[in-house]
Amino acid sequence: MGVEQKLGNMGVVTTTLESAVNWARTNAMWPMLFGLACCAIEMMSAQASDYDMSRFGMELMRPSPRQSDLMIVAGRVTRKMAPVLRRLYDQMPEPKWVISMGDCASCGGVFNNYAVVQGVDEVVPVDVYVAGCPPRPEALIHGVVTLFEKVKAEKIKDEANA
Amino acid sequence: MDSRLEKIASVLQQQAGATLEEFRGEVRLYVPVDKIVDTLLFLRDEHEFSLLSVLTAIDFWPQDKPRFHVVYVLTSLTQNLVIQLRIPLDGEAPKIPTVSRVFATANWRERELWDMFGIEVEGHPDMRRILMPDDWDGHPLRRDYPLGYEEPQFSFNYKEIDLRKPYVKE
Repeated sequence: MGVEQKLGNMGVVTTTLESAVNWARTNAMWPMLFGLACCAIEMMSAQASDYDMSRFGMELMRPSPRQSDLMIVAGRVTRKMAPVLRRLYDQMPEPKWVISMGDCASCGGVFNNYAVVQGVDEVVPVDVYVAGCPPRPEALIHGVVTLFEKVKAEKIKDEANA
Repeated sequence: MDSRLEKIASVLQQQAGATLEEFRGEVRLYVPVDKIVDTLLFLRDEHEFSLLSVLTAIDFWPQDKPRFHVVYVLTSLTQNLVIQLRIPLDGEAPKIPTVSRVFATANWRERELWDMFGIEVEGHPDMRRILMPDDWDGHPLRRDYPLGYEEPQFSFNYKEIDLRKPYVKE
């Protein structure tokens, strides 16, 4: 973490604002439940006891978009569901990130037809893609950790210009 | 063929002008369109065929006469019998009367028939699309409907497909 000094034993640490903000964002990022299909089962099992995601701060999976920062799109998105997905994404407050979990959300997967959206990045902007059909819980956790590394590298001046 | 089914088939052949066909143990009766509701009522009330298991259609494009076969499969739980009724329909303006007053499950199945095949159902209380979005054009399960696939992106055409793909900006 940036510029950091511990002043004696007074329990004071100095650091940069950027690192403090990014640390706070990664330590308690709440995902929004968006399990659509089979990948949702793997997301549930990643949340459950053996591959715990609560140790990464994702204790609560909120179904409400207003209270979450991360949207894990798990499963295939049909053309009928795409406007709903976009509306829920728009209702999430800034800052927000999207993980596209599984092959169907990343590129349409095995379903190359008229009914499935070929990759959820046609609907929402995606930060991390997790491959697999379905990805193992460890793969999803690797995706989450990659997202955390991306968040830790974010700069405040990029947000100011956005 | 089961003896009870033989009796039912002969009665229907006289009453409704049905044609009988047997295929690997399945009993099929080809019924004309205007007689279907009465046939289903007769089977449900007189012969205890209380379950409509299947209501779908088969598309025989490019053959136009008949183009569709609408298939009804009725199951009798008390007698352990299964009977299949088919309606041959032509290609232009295929229409069938609704059977949702006879069997309640036919409501959604006829909506699916309209959505996927374009077979109009007369007298249906709630005719709208059920699987595709409401403003969709076309009937996907017809044989002349395109698959709608997009070209897969390999490493040799990565850049061209990347430029064409409609990514969302924000």
